Amino acid sequence: MTHLSDDELVLLFYREGGGLQQAEAHAASCPGCRGRFESLTMALREVESEPIPERDESYGAEVWARLQPRLESERRRLPWWRLLAAALTWPRLAMGGAVAALLVAAFVAGRSSVIPMPPSGPQQAAAPSDAARERVLLAAVGSHLDRSRVVLTEIAHRNGGGPADISIEQATASDLVAGNRLYRQAAVRNGDAAVAAVLEDLERVLVEIASSPSPASHDDLARWREQIDAKGLLFKVTVLGSRVRERQQDAATPHPAAKTST
Amino acid sequence: MEASDLAVVARVKAGDHDAFRHLVERHSRSVFRLAYRLTGQEQDAEDVVQETFLRAFREIRRFEARSSFATWLYRITVNCSHDLLRQRPRAGSRPSLDDPALRAAAEMADPSASADPLRELASRRIDERVRAAMHGLSDQERSAFVMRHFEGLSIEEIGRVLDLKTSAAKHSVFRAVQKLRRALEPVAELSR
Repeated sequence: MTHLSDDELVLLFYREGGGLQQAEAHAASCPGCRGRFESLTMALREVESEPIPERDESYGAEVWARLQPRLESERRRLPWWRLLAAALTWPRLAMGGAVAALLVAAFVAGRSSVIPMPPSGPQQAAAPSDAARERVLLAAVGSHLDRSRVVLTEIAHRNGGGPADISIEQATASDLVAGNRLYRQAAVRNGDAAVAAVLEDLERVLVEIASSPSPASHDDLARWREQIDAKGLLFKVTVLGSRVRERQQDAATPHPAAKTST
Repeated sequence: MEASDLAVVARVKAGDHDAFRHLVERHSRSVFRLAYRLTGQEQDAEDVVQETFLRAFREIRRFEARSSFATWLYRITVNCSHDLLRQRPRAGSRPSLDDPALRAAAEMADPSASADPLRELASRRIDERVRAAMHGLSDQERSAFVMRHFEGLSIEEIGRVLDLKTSAAKHSVFRAVQKLRRALEPVAELSR
């Protein structure tokens, strides 16, 4: 009869692996293997003799109390589209409906380091601080959303029956398309489908406005108005813009340094 | 009824950051236990608990529920513990497995002499020997052993936590047990 190997004894101790019943039967009938198994058991029981400091039921709350300020600091540093995605998603749980969800939209904030930004002149000797980059980013995003809102508002309010001169809106839309694409691509790369979808809707309208002949036909204007209304696009961009301004104010306020160790 | 871990994770991913509190309160004690077993120091374990939940919060969007949240959290705990141990090498004072004083102390460990200060001393020395034996394991062996022996994870789960094939996880457990057995069998014999 083949005796149990050391490894088989370990598996028997932890009652894991195939052939458990055979190993058990063998250990029961073989004094040598049974002795080795008992010896192994004794040694492993010694390991359990080392006491562990007690942590009672309230420990989780204590951990949370110490952790929360650090998480708040983390939240402030999340890339802006992640916060935007979160804001676009979670209110639906409570309020239902895509439009209602956007009432609480967009905690736009965070660092710009992961967002592709156009080069801005000669290489700087020192990288700007996170706070400085955040302010720059918020200013850029805020301006982008404000200008987009103006274009959408102008188009949405063109109710005349005939062709309309939209050359000013076209010029602005042309300016906005490239930046919007960068933000959308960043959101896609980050897997934030909700944000990407909003920016894609915006981009589609901007591209159409930028590339249409001017004056725009009645049919074009009606189609854009329908796109803007159907997606609630003007509403979304307006709310997001106001939230960005709030975040700008917040970012301009110095926050105490987060505690990094306990 | 309490929401499942996966339901809470979904809320956190959706931006309800306060929901993370439920995960912290639910798992803190097990994370502390594991961290303590891996680091051997109470304050180190506390630091690991904080760092583990901080990393979990940062990375929660990457959690895809291929394993349980607890298993995922164990993985972070193990990584944080290893990082901390690499940053803070212990200076010198590990008890030697061959220390004759430890053996002598173990010989005094008589379970019937409960109020005997000598027995107290012997008990402490045995604890030191156990700790020394645990420190004698590699990080991977110690992690695999702690999760198998104390936390009851299967070898397959340990493989997932340590990012090892099941066979490699199994051999880590085997090696750990054999090392501990060699170190502790003399003590165990004396305790019979």
